[in-house]
Amino acid sequence: MDTLENIKQQIADNAILLYMKGSPNAPQCGFSMRASQALMACGKRFAYVDVLANPDIRAELPKYANWPTFPQLWVKGELIGGCDIIVEMYESGELKKLIDEAAAEGEAGE
Amino acid sequence: MSLANQIKEKLTEALAPEYIDVQCESHMHNVPPGAEMHFRVVLVSDAFTSMSKVRRHQRIYAILAEEMAGPVHALALHTYSPEEWPGEAPQSPECLGGGKH
Repeated sequence: MDTLENIKQQIADNAILLYMKGSPNAPQCGFSMRASQALMACGKRFAYVDVLANPDIRAELPKYANWPTFPQLWVKGELIGGCDIIVEMYESGELKKLIDEAAAEGEAGE
Repeated sequence: MSLANQIKEKLTEALAPEYIDVQCESHMHNVPPGAEMHFRVVLVSDAFTSMSKVRRHQRIYAILAEEMAGPVHALALHTYSPEEWPGEAPQSPECLGGGKH
């Protein structure tokens, strides 16, 4: 499968998906760390892709997303934003609401 | 002209901000001395009124496409419409050294 198809599949298959540098337990960038901490604090399971381990995705996703940097949070097939947006939404309570909804739909669909 | 000033000029021209602050934060990161790679932008513009956050950031990335494709590694964005502007923006996180990968 080519990289773009792979990305589309990942986004379609995972209701809550974080593209980041490193992993939530071992982030390799301060922005990825903040984003994954905010997401973990929402208390639901989420998928992640380490773009440092997947240089093809790191190269291709920014073009597809019209978003040049990482992390990127995708919920229900839609780009929510990067670190700044994720943290702002977490602090306002919007993120937890969004994640709760996406997780509930994901469970209902399984 | 420094890259920070170049970024500021482009954004000012495109978005006519009520307030703009562009800081080079490269010294906080794992880069060679004098490198200009990490930036923090705080921007208040009427252009952002009733525009979603993700669209605002995409707009800025489009204006700075040349810089993003070249030297800029990270751009922390804090965008506000004039009504939303609280008077100050959050600080950027400490670097964890991922740039060496």
